Amino acid sequence: MGLEQFKDRRVGTQNYKKLDLDHAPNCGWCQFKQVVSRTFKPELFVGLWVTFREMINALFRGQMHTTQYPLEKLPISPRYRAIHDMLRLLESGHYRCIGCGLCEKICISNCIAMETRYDENQRKEVSEYTINFGRCIFCGYCAEVCPELAIVHGQRYETASEQRASFSLFEDMLTPIDKLNLQKEYDGFGAVSPNADENIKKTPLAY
Amino acid sequence: MSELQSAENMVSIKIDGKACQAKEGEYILNAARANDIFIPAICYLTRCSPTLACRICLVEADGKQVYACNAKVKEGMEITVNTPNILEERRAIMEVYDVNHPLQCGVCDQSGECELQNYTLELAVDSQSYAIPDTKRESANWSSVLHYDPGLCIVCERCVTVCKDMIGDAAIKTTKRGGADLDKGYKDTMPKDAYAMWNKLQKSLIAPSNGTDSTNCSDCGECVAVCPVGALVSRDFQYRSNAWDLKRIPATCAHCSSGCQIYYETKPASISDRTEKIYRVTNEFHYVSLCGAGRFGYDFENAVKGKDAEAFAKAVEAFNQAKVINFTSVITNEEALMLQTLKEQKGVKLINREARAFQIFLNFYQAASGNSLYKHDFKDVMASDFVMSVGTSLRNDNPNARYAFNNVQKLNKGAGLYFHPVGDKLVPEFGKSIECFAHQAGHEEAALLLIIDLFADHDKLPSSVKDQLNRESLINMLGGDAEKFGDAFDKMMKKKERFSLIVGEDLYFHEKAENLAKLIAVLEASSDVQVVMIPPKTNSLGVALICDLDDEAEGYTVGYNAPGDFTISALGDGDLDMPAMNQQEGTLTNMNKRVVPTNAAVEYHGYELNDIVREVIGAPKLTIDWTQYLPEAKGFQAVAFDTLPNGYHNDGSENRGYALQITTSEVGEIEVAKFDESISLEGQIAYRCNPQRQFNDFSDKAHQIFEAFALYASPAKAETLGKRVVVEFDNGNLELDVVVDERMEGDIVAIPDFKSAYNIYELFGASRYQKVIIREV
Repeated sequence: MGLEQFKDRRVGTQNYKKLDLDHAPNCGWCQFKQVVSRTFKPELFVGLWVTFREMINALFRGQMHTTQYPLEKLPISPRYRAIHDMLRLLESGHYRCIGCGLCEKICISNCIAMETRYDENQRKEVSEYTINFGRCIFCGYCAEVCPELAIVHGQRYETASEQRASFSLFEDMLTPIDKLNLQKEYDGFGAVSPNADENIKKTPLAY
Repeated sequence: MSELQSAENMVSIKIDGKACQAKEGEYILNAARANDIFIPAICYLTRCSPTLACRICLVEADGKQVYACNAKVKEGMEITVNTPNILEERRAIMEVYDVNHPLQCGVCDQSGECELQNYTLELAVDSQSYAIPDTKRESANWSSVLHYDPGLCIVCERCVTVCKDMIGDAAIKTTKRGGADLDKGYKDTMPKDAYAMWNKLQKSLIAPSNGTDSTNCSDCGECVAVCPVGALVSRDFQYRSNAWDLKRIPATCAHCSSGCQIYYETKPASISDRTEKIYRVTNEFHYVSLCGAGRFGYDFENAVKGKDAEAFAKAVEAFNQAKVINFTSVITNEEALMLQTLKEQKGVKLINREARAFQIFLNFYQAASGNSLYKHDFKDVMASDFVMSVGTSLRNDNPNARYAFNNVQKLNKGAGLYFHPVGDKLVPEFGKSIECFAHQAGHEEAALLLIIDLFADHDKLPSSVKDQLNRESLINMLGGDAEKFGDAFDKMMKKKERFSLIVGEDLYFHEKAENLAKLIAVLEASSDVQVVMIPPKTNSLGVALICDLDDEAEGYTVGYNAPGDFTISALGDGDLDMPAMNQQEGTLTNMNKRVVPTNAAVEYHGYELNDIVREVIGAPKLTIDWTQYLPEAKGFQAVAFDTLPNGYHNDGSENRGYALQITTSEVGEIEVAKFDESISLEGQIAYRCNPQRQFNDFSDKAHQIFEAFALYASPAKAETLGKRVVVEFDNGNLELDVVVDERMEGDIVAIPDFKSAYNIYELFGASRYQKVIIREV
């Protein structure tokens, strides 16, 4: 790249318009007069009235607009990527994770680790699963690669804790079994696209 | 490579326009692989016979469609790998393989190294044109190590092929699936080969060949290794790890003298324990076959927390005052050299029973033949078409010797002679042209004399041998029927060109070892029989070459993995801990006379032998710094450890370490002593022999190897013995459980030597056969 564009120092035609400003007060008395005239205008009371009216509305008419954080939280975008959730199958309540290890493999900060074994029901059991949140960069690849929609990003964005390990175990991320009815499908990274049905090619498994 | 690549046996062919050289009579597929050309193939295994199950190796040779795995190259042949028609066939075949294949790659152990995945992607199968009702197929455990999931099986029959052609157990076979018949319409619409392949696939599955639910085999796990999909897996490994998580460490198996190339596959032990742990052992199954000990006996590492300085100081003290060092053959060349250096500088005596016997035998052989070492290796045995075995329990001593013996029968339409006092049910099953001689213990000379009589050029024989050749009496003495054998032998000899002889440990531990060595030298000098020897234990050959071993010694003894006044041990039971073979680098000398490197798979935090030697006489920084000082006079080379390769070339040739140099000198006529047939043991005989999959304390330590330290007997013999017996030797007693070995025959019982603590070598002394008294307790 040449340096020509930097050598051209013509900035262009100036076309500024000067504002018609008052002259600044130039004596002590003039300054005092300006302060008093600006402070005690009727608009002050208009403002005070608005505040008073909202106070009355909030306190006595139940029209509160303030969010009572942390007791109350605003909904966030489904695409927001916070601490992971591990979802369960709605029918059986069994966790969805099959232990395929794809999240472990794709994780670019290498913070997912799992242990699997052959269990009594002849299935692959995930015996241990952890995410090191000291390293996780919340990129969302794990949720995107998960073939079972088992690991998703949740809505818990407050990551202040005595130690990050508080979030990192499978049980902590797993939907509590008594709150299974509240479990929501995830719409963010890795979720089924809205037109998924159209994209499926029929396979001839006629039987 | 022993096979001469001369101009005579090479032909020129063209594959996809590229000019290639190939061995005459080689299959197109192997020729292409040797020349780095890719032809897709699933069911073919190098070193085994073509199965023709998958049919995707279809190529066009001189305008005709042939299967690359069973069509041989011809001079001037022009081969096209892909034609539109062939591509259509291959695509259809892969679609058929994908019909009803469970979509459970997520939990399948083979995912990531699955040939079905690979070829489905390679041939870009993105839609499915075929369908058929599925059959219910239940998974099952076939043995303590094998798990078979027929749902995943694509019936390529690689497991069946390798078990028959390489291992020799033939423990699995194809069985009826009971699947639905193909839709008639497919016959006209589908590509021809794909239809034929599907038709066969739809009818078969794999099952144990003995008709029961479990396999009766040596549990080598080779079928697991060759399975292209996740149908056959090891029970211990199932669902434990994904292939891509494992780090592969090229190493050498340290259980027996085969010194097979293996990969230790490691990953952290668990989430809380991040130290590397071995999860499984894999091998280049096209070029090397493992046994059960190699594949499943991998976790024998010595877990040491840290350096125990106090014990180390005592060890240095012990080495300083040691008069004797007692050690086993499970030791690297470098460590053997350290011990030899200790002997040279401090005058300690070195005791190693198994290597000493072999060393003496090699010395006799060298004096008689002029060769510094036996000239051939087990590759030559595999290439021969008439193989003999004397003085080794083929099934137990060395798995690769057995595989070679079996492979010759199956692949080269070979014949075999098996001389051994302990009857064996398996060996006769290797092929139709096998004659077994269950001769008396101690009559190995007669076996060699018979071989000389059968194969040697009688004009070249020294008179001392010639006088002893009386075929009829030799055959009778060996327990054969002279008349019958004559006819059988004539049949066996038809169209045979290359002969080989395997000799084993019985000859080294033999009263007449010198005479036996001479007979082998005579045989080599007067015939074209290629002789190979099986070193008794892991690195017995290396130890025999490097160390000046002593016969008897007294005084303060340091034991290295062996008994002594002060013991250093890799088993974790000694006074000072040592690294086990999977925790250290170094080289081993295997029975193919190659110096092969091995690497550390598991970390080790304690002291090594090198540290002790450094304190005592001074040593370089690392154990592997010794590699270049291995004695060149004995055939070793002055090369640094880090330059040694450990793998295979695409044409199957070994690219591992280096081969020992063999020197030849002139010798005079060999004077052989007269064979004295009166030397034979009477009464109850015990044979020092390990069960399959057990070789030493290390294989015993592994959690998947459970063959007991017990007395092994044939079913008939075991019945007469009872459950637990005392075995009385001349110089001691042993109390052992009786275990039935279904494949043994006859009255001789086997007593293992894999636990060094029992001092079995002392009980047996200079022979592998001993007269004993057995009483029930």
